Amino acid sequence: MKYYDLVIVGGGPAGLAAAVSARDCGIEDILILERDNELGGILNQCIHNGFGLHTFKEELTGPEYAARFIDQVTECGIDCKLHTMVMDISVDTETGSSRKKVTAMNRTDGMFEISAAAVILAMGCRERSRGALNIPGFRPAGIFSAGTAQRLVNMEGYMPGREVVILGSGDIGLIMARRMTLEGAKVKVVAELMPYSGGLKRNIVQCLDDFGIPLKLSHTVIDIEGKHQVSAVTIAEVGADRKPIPGTEERYTCDTLLLSCGLIPENELSKGAGVALSPVTFGPVVNDSLETSIEGVFACGNVLHVHDLVDYVSQEAAAAGKHAADYIRHGNKKHAKTIEIHSTDGVRYTVPKYIRPTEMSDTLTVRFRVGDVYKNCSIAVYFDDTCVSRRKRPVMAPGEMEQIILEKKKLGEYPDIGSITIRIEEEGGNLL
Amino acid sequence: MYDVAIIGAGVVGSAIARELSKLCGNFCVLEREEDVCCGTSKANSAIIHAGFDAVPGTKKAALNVRGNAMMDALAKDLDIPFRRNGSLVVCTGEEDRGTLETLMERGQKNGVPGLRIVERDELLSMEPNLNDDVICALFAPTGGIVCPFDMTMGFAENACINGVSFFLDTEVTGIEKKADGYSLLTRRTDTKASETIDAKIIVNAAGIYADVFHNMVSESKLHITPRKGEYLLLDKDAGTHVSHTVFQLPSKMGKGVLVTPTIPGNLLVGPTAADVPDREAVNTTQAGLDFVAKTAGRSVKNIPLRQVITSFAGLRAHEDGDDFIIGEAADAPGFIDAAGIESPGLTSAPAIGELVAEIIRKKLSLRENPAFVPVRKGVLRPETLSMEERNRLIAEHPEYGNIICRCEMISEGEIMDAIHRPLGARSLDGVKRRTRAGMGRCQAGFCTPRTMEILEREVPMSIFDITKNGFGGTIIVGQSKEA
Amino acid sequence: MSTRELTCIGCPLGCTVTVTLENGSVITVTGNTCPRGDAYARKEVTNPTRIVTSTVPVTGGIHPMVNVKTASDIPKDKIFACMDALKGVRAAAPVHIGDVILSNAADTGVDIIAAGNVPAK
Repeated sequence: MKYYDLVIVGGGPAGLAAAVSARDCGIEDILILERDNELGGILNQCIHNGFGLHTFKEELTGPEYAARFIDQVTECGIDCKLHTMVMDISVDTETGSSRKKVTAMNRTDGMFEISAAAVILAMGCRERSRGALNIPGFRPAGIFSAGTAQRLVNMEGYMPGREVVILGSGDIGLIMARRMTLEGAKVKVVAELMPYSGGLKRNIVQCLDDFGIPLKLSHTVIDIEGKHQVSAVTIAEVGADRKPIPGTEERYTCDTLLLSCGLIPENELSKGAGVALSPVTFGPVVNDSLETSIEGVFACGNVLHVHDLVDYVSQEAAAAGKHAADYIRHGNKKHAKTIEIHSTDGVRYTVPKYIRPTEMSDTLTVRFRVGDVYKNCSIAVYFDDTCVSRRKRPVMAPGEMEQIILEKKKLGEYPDIGSITIRIEEEGGNLL
Repeated sequence: MYDVAIIGAGVVGSAIARELSKLCGNFCVLEREEDVCCGTSKANSAIIHAGFDAVPGTKKAALNVRGNAMMDALAKDLDIPFRRNGSLVVCTGEEDRGTLETLMERGQKNGVPGLRIVERDELLSMEPNLNDDVICALFAPTGGIVCPFDMTMGFAENACINGVSFFLDTEVTGIEKKADGYSLLTRRTDTKASETIDAKIIVNAAGIYADVFHNMVSESKLHITPRKGEYLLLDKDAGTHVSHTVFQLPSKMGKGVLVTPTIPGNLLVGPTAADVPDREAVNTTQAGLDFVAKTAGRSVKNIPLRQVITSFAGLRAHEDGDDFIIGEAADAPGFIDAAGIESPGLTSAPAIGELVAEIIRKKLSLRENPAFVPVRKGVLRPETLSMEERNRLIAEHPEYGNIICRCEMISEGEIMDAIHRPLGARSLDGVKRRTRAGMGRCQAGFCTPRTMEILEREVPMSIFDITKNGFGGTIIVGQSKEA
Repeated sequence: MSTRELTCIGCPLGCTVTVTLENGSVITVTGNTCPRGDAYARKEVTNPTRIVTSTVPVTGGIHPMVNVKTASDIPKDKIFACMDALKGVRAAAPVHIGDVILSNAADTGVDIIAAGNVPAK
């Protein structure tokens, strides 16, 4: 068995930033385990620009953004095992300590075990599949999740089809609408089940509007034709109950259906390890140090909750790296008072869900998403029943993350606090 | 000239082929799809029925019970994953108790062992997630689950190594009677090239098309109605929601909606039963999927339908006479039907194979094949090995250390095995059926490009010719910047 | 006088920006939350531009394709001309971020440069 202070599962943007940050905090003994044959994760197939505005104050493509972190990891001399699949994470019962046992496998080392003082989960997410969406019809070739198509086009140089219908207006779907168009395909329509887009507004402008691709909100795919190859797709308008409205069917001949209908944090390893997961985000429930329900196991990036911007992933991962470093050096403050953040009235969840007022950093970014489109509403923060801040936002939408900053000093003024509540309020402080 | 040509490489055609290969002779199987197990055999409940459902005295009843009894030995010989998890027919109203008792008596007449009525308390301890209003159930300990892909592959691969020729992508377009047998007119699915194949005996195991072939040679017409069954398959997280196969009391339109664990560990819910005019209509429908979701709750509560990972539909070959039609057509000597094989067809397949091979043995006076190899090894599953064994395997074959399908944890080695074995995989679905790569919760999102690379290299074949499930459906249509 | 409503693509905030025009000249820009929004709006109504990103095949590299992009934004109506200019263009490994892959693409005066690293095989 090999021993490391810190094992990071996943070498995408989250894992890379966590590694660099832990190293900056003085942890020497770090291993990144990456299942692909290179570092960078999903960024390697995201060849569009727009990454890094917050982190680097310039717009980079995915590979460029990844390269900046890969270079740092390389300069730090952090160990990486590529092409290595983590099979299992468990608490190392043999040593009787709180060390973690990570079982992994690759071609050259076979199956092997590593003992780690701390583990950072950074496995990312996967796309919701056609099957999970329960779209009726045939099951031919030509149905891809947008990310799979993105990999085929951008990394392998192959075209999945020439006439395309896209279901779901998540960012990858919008980006792929433009990408397929630029490569000569005809993108006939983007259908979105919800009455609002799941993607960033800028992507609707520069990926759809620029190319005259129609976006049909409140529409879904109700049939897929073709035994061996997709030959047509029927979409229909949906009502408020999101069920198709008879008589609104429109049939599009096409050879490809791309699906961009949501991402799901990939937590099979976390589940196997016994990490408690949130039923809302499908990611681990964490406290202010991004520590999961298992001591010494931290999580960051899309495995924790699906982010809209990679910059926020990097920020969050850097925090996870710092907290893991603290844990490795000082252990866990098990008995510190912990309070819960309640998310209500439009706030779907918060990350973190728990905070320790005496242990938290001086400032803590709490990220969340809203459940609907809100115009001219405020994000209100309550310490028990006392409203401590109310920040007006012109527009909030489920496709974009929101955040509030909690200050340790401010919390210190409420030593008997029982819980924090974050909610969306209409003007004047009325609840929705 | 072949001694026997079998039309159809589903589980029935393959089982017959394997039984025939125990005899000395020249045998072939013709299949219009690009792989074996592409019709009804691939889309069904994956159940080895105990045999209480069929009417005593019918072929269905006899062959079901016989087929069920053959499964233990077959599973061992052919390395088919098979588990007798037991089945329950659940009764939710006192007024239906009589029907349940009738079903038990019927099963006893059919010779089903171990049947008994289980009362509520015991029942709920056996299966805690049954609906609250259950009062009793018929328990059949011999009921089981099987992987229908592995079962069909087992028969087909074993037949293949014992000398049976398989012609895939080969559609039979006509049958002509000859003095000493029949000529089958065939057409390649991909090249459209036609060829004539002569055989002394034709076996009609054409599933949903069996009436079409039968009616080409016989005046005593058959009529098969495609009866669609739609299913929902749930994530392995839901796979232990029930441990037995849970049936609702059978109705006129079929066995109702069942809830069962599957061999790989998923939960399967279905099927519907709707007669459709189109023999190719293996599409799911909103109404069908809604019906399954709604009806399953009658016997099992709290089914986590949010965890559906895929849905599919299969067509049962329902013949008007409501029984299997097995044997030589009266007015077409040498033309042997295995037609109307609907449920319990999968269970009965081994017994149908035995029965049809025996008819042929007698007709052609075939001797036993002394070189017959009765065993077949399935795709090696590293997950079943200890860490030490697994590392020895990886040291020798590093590809077993490279995971391709993240959801099902399938290695490159297993995919290479699937490609290089007899009747090896040539398509993404072919790989999936043999290895489970792509069958998991992401539904091949991650592994598709990687599996394509392996097919391209190992078959070898052009990446542009790789299909999902046969000619006419390639995964990619060209290179970027071409159009 | 006319007004145009735009969604700023300068950053993910996607501010709704209103531009007032008279005789083709921008009079006012409102709704933006930062100077980039003002700049974007003025440009978008007079001379809209975009960064174009794509891929080209790589010979002798560990990957078959490399990410490329226009070194700066180009006129929006030149996007397809740029894509056409990339047809048949190949890069030889090793490719480094910033390497010029195609100079003066489609007479825009803008080079297309590598936006990813591909080491030699």
